[in-house]
Amino acid sequence: MRLHQPAFATIARRPYVANLWDVLTFGLLFAVLILLAHGGRETLAPLTSLDVSPVSLDPAMLPEYALRSTMRMLAAIVASIIFSLAYGALAAKSRRAEIVLIPLLDILQSVPVLGFLSFTVVAFMALFPGQVLGVELAAIFAIFTSQAWNMTFSFYQSLKTLPSDLDEASRSFRLSTWQRFWRLEVPFAMPGLVWNTMMSMSGGWFFVVASEAISVGNTTVALPGIGSYLALAIEKQSLAAVGWAVLAMLVVILLYDQLLFRPIVAWAEKFRVEQTAAATVPRSWFLDAVRRARLFRWCLSPFTAFLQGIPRTRLQLPAELPSGARAALSSAWADRAWLALVVAGAAYAVWLIVSFVMTGLPWSEWVRVFALGGLTLLRVTVLIALATLIWVPIGVWIGLRPQLAERVQPLAQFLAAFPANIVFPFAVVAIVKFDLNPDIWLSFLIILGTQWYILFNVIAGASAFPSDLKEAAATFRIRGWDWWRKVILPGIFPYYVTGAITASGGSWNASIVAEVATWGNTKLQAHGLGAYIAEATAAGDYPRIVLGIAAMSLFVVMLNRLLWRPLYALAASRLRLD
Amino acid sequence: MPMLETTDLGERVASAPLVEIAGVRQVYHKGDNADLVVLDDVSLTIQQGEIVGLLGRSGSGKSTLLRIIAGLLQPTSGRVQWRGTPISGPCEGIAMVFQSFALFPWLTVLGNVELGLEALGIPASECRRRAIEAIDLIGLDGFESAYPKELSGGMRQRVGFARALVVHPRLMLMDEPFSALDVLTAETLRTDLIDLWSEGRLPIESILMVTHNIEEAVLLCDRILIFSSNPGRVASEVKVEIPHPRSRTDPVFRKLVDDIYGLMTQRPTTERVEKRTGGVVLGSGIGMALPRISTNRLSGLMEALASPPYDGSADLPDLAATLQMEVDDLFPIAEALQLLRFAEVAEGDVKLTPYGRRYVESSLDARKRLFADHLLAFVPLAGLIRRVLDERPSHRAPFRRFSEELEDHMSEERAEETMRAVISWGRYAELFGYDENTNELNLDNPA
Repeated sequence: MRLHQPAFATIARRPYVANLWDVLTFGLLFAVLILLAHGGRETLAPLTSLDVSPVSLDPAMLPEYALRSTMRMLAAIVASIIFSLAYGALAAKSRRAEIVLIPLLDILQSVPVLGFLSFTVVAFMALFPGQVLGVELAAIFAIFTSQAWNMTFSFYQSLKTLPSDLDEASRSFRLSTWQRFWRLEVPFAMPGLVWNTMMSMSGGWFFVVASEAISVGNTTVALPGIGSYLALAIEKQSLAAVGWAVLAMLVVILLYDQLLFRPIVAWAEKFRVEQTAAATVPRSWFLDAVRRARLFRWCLSPFTAFLQGIPRTRLQLPAELPSGARAALSSAWADRAWLALVVAGAAYAVWLIVSFVMTGLPWSEWVRVFALGGLTLLRVTVLIALATLIWVPIGVWIGLRPQLAERVQPLAQFLAAFPANIVFPFAVVAIVKFDLNPDIWLSFLIILGTQWYILFNVIAGASAFPSDLKEAAATFRIRGWDWWRKVILPGIFPYYVTGAITASGGSWNASIVAEVATWGNTKLQAHGLGAYIAEATAAGDYPRIVLGIAAMSLFVVMLNRLLWRPLYALAASRLRLD
Repeated sequence: MPMLETTDLGERVASAPLVEIAGVRQVYHKGDNADLVVLDDVSLTIQQGEIVGLLGRSGSGKSTLLRIIAGLLQPTSGRVQWRGTPISGPCEGIAMVFQSFALFPWLTVLGNVELGLEALGIPASECRRRAIEAIDLIGLDGFESAYPKELSGGMRQRVGFARALVVHPRLMLMDEPFSALDVLTAETLRTDLIDLWSEGRLPIESILMVTHNIEEAVLLCDRILIFSSNPGRVASEVKVEIPHPRSRTDPVFRKLVDDIYGLMTQRPTTERVEKRTGGVVLGSGIGMALPRISTNRLSGLMEALASPPYDGSADLPDLAATLQMEVDDLFPIAEALQLLRFAEVAEGDVKLTPYGRRYVESSLDARKRLFADHLLAFVPLAGLIRRVLDERPSHRAPFRRFSEELEDHMSEERAEETMRAVISWGRYAELFGYDENTNELNLDNPA
């Protein structure tokens, strides 16, 4: 008999000698812990402390503000993940929950997040009267609502497409529901979830900036953060301070990317179901460092052992319903009763909204709102078309040059994550200075942050274009317009549609911030639904806010149903290259 | 290599069968009136200490039966008992090995093997000890910390075996465990498995395996149940009494393989043809389901048959070996040729008809004309499509016009497949065309 030496034992037998990686990871870990403690203490302060130490334009304060903004972001993303797991699992596992939750999610996805802010601030401040925590939670909630929906959809979709053999294996080995969740469902959903979390985060910075300095009616609160710093800079008309804010944001996003997302993407690689090793594996220096830091891993081992124990426990609910009750619950009559309940609930909700809006608003207001919606729709459409005309050729050009694409791609993703509202003041100053028409020139702000989604998706598409097709096109000497029309455009179409959907959704949201812009006492306003909502929010006019949000949601839903979904279906069925 | 603790041998003597199945029927309700009968009146018992093979072609419901025994599926009707108690879900004492391996890509080899033990609520240290034992037994030592994607197919299936063995099941179910592997790897795994089995080192009492490979069944099994298709039922039972290790070249072995080929290609009686609407190519009139087989494969098989050494007639096992094909691939092609009257299949032989010979000897255009004639004459659906298109002034008809009519006779999926098959054959024969964008059949000829 041969002595058995499993591979895992060899790691354990090494002496616990600290190495360079340990120093690095320990340093980073403790720095983060200290910062978290510091930031956490601040959030528990009473609301009046905000007046005692108001936001200042001193650049030295920016690191602290950046930390506070970052923590809000982190809190929101944790909340989004927990929400996604719970909501997605419920929707995927209960047929009855599914018929309510999934359409609801679809609508929530289309509701302009910034419109929510006025309601949530009031609600959370009422929950924690006189405490900073209430306003903090309102801001976090705003960020959460910008992130959670697509993550939830991704998780739900993964649960619905579990590979049947893994499903059968986990059933035949009789894993408990809890074990199945952690051993099969979450790991399988991981790649999609990580990708969507990244997309959410890059959209989220925009809302961090927009939600920190909130004024609803006569309530104005400025939470310490980059967003408030920016708002103050605008008020004080300080271009230098705006520049500092831009710099701080750049650093924060860079750190987030390097210390959080790269490691996670590299780690999540193992959850991909393809049974062959991928050609290019995402890497992260930070993850490598953590993996090499022996002492650090040893110190963390009780913690990791605990984490690994979670999926091991069976944790089964022992109490089963009596079979009579179960049969009654799963009968067709119970289905009908549930359906009736859902319909009644929905009817009540519609009645509630209509009566709320009707009390204060004449019919002419409805007509006006929809006309304004048409204007914003026009703006979004024209700008997406413009961005397409500009970025598709550029993206193709870059994507076909692998070495260039490798360098430009991270930059494009970075630009997509960068909150465009930070650079709005520069544009506003220019518009004021040259006395330009705000109806036209403010429009460009809508697309400023979202155009990058088109660019990096097109680059990805062109990079993934099969080289044999490229070579075939070259040998048959297909050139010029023919090449675009028959070769590359169909090839990148699925990628383009993905990018354009994200860009379009983001643009609607951005219109609330972009159609009204201020610089000191100067106020620029374009005509549109976004400006309408922004104005109503500033005035605390709730019926108008509700009407505006409802109208915008309707526009977004219609645009999705009538334009993007069919295009997406076309891309998925006809133009896929795999 | 260490020995696994095996369950007390005294228990094996106890006479109660492990699995008892009587009158099992499995029906899928598809559409309004077309029920797809997958299994019809199947009965079998599995005793302790035997390897039983379920042999049949795809669609014969053998995998469905395996899943019913595994507790993954509930039969529509019939009695299924595991050691005297009815099965209502996956039960203790049964473990399964999958065709696709079904390994969790995010777990290491060790993690995958421990999975079944975790589900039993066994403490972590005990889990590890037993997992390592099983990994050793199956010849995977050194690979404990590897992820499945780093392993070759053969190694992956070894993990699949270790994962099933580690829970010490009484019955191990295997769903075509070797069919996703290349020939050499599959043979090594079979030999290893049967060696461990005959040395009594596997901690299991019986094995039930599903296969479509006749030689594999004869090589491994003590008893082979041959399934007929549409609906699946046990057509015959063959006992293999050759002692292990068995040799493929042994004349007794060859004889048995030939006999089983014969049993599987038996011409069904006419009375049963009528009953078998919805069969693979059997079935009648418009309700005839067609297999989706490219005309290249039809031509290829006819050409292979016409050329030496066969000169028009071949023994199926022999032909399968020469063409390096599995029965599952070969049968449908041969049957499609039979349907078009280009060949005849009976008693394990396939023979080219004079038409088939003429087809092989013709030029491309003449082949197409001959194919078109046979298609119109022997495939009623093709005739119907052509008639409808001729009658309509526009010479176009929607896909749904025909697929819906088919769905009166068969499931939706099979109707779709039949339509795709007839479209592909019709295109080759230049009888009609199809526009994917408008979903319309037409008489346009782009030539």
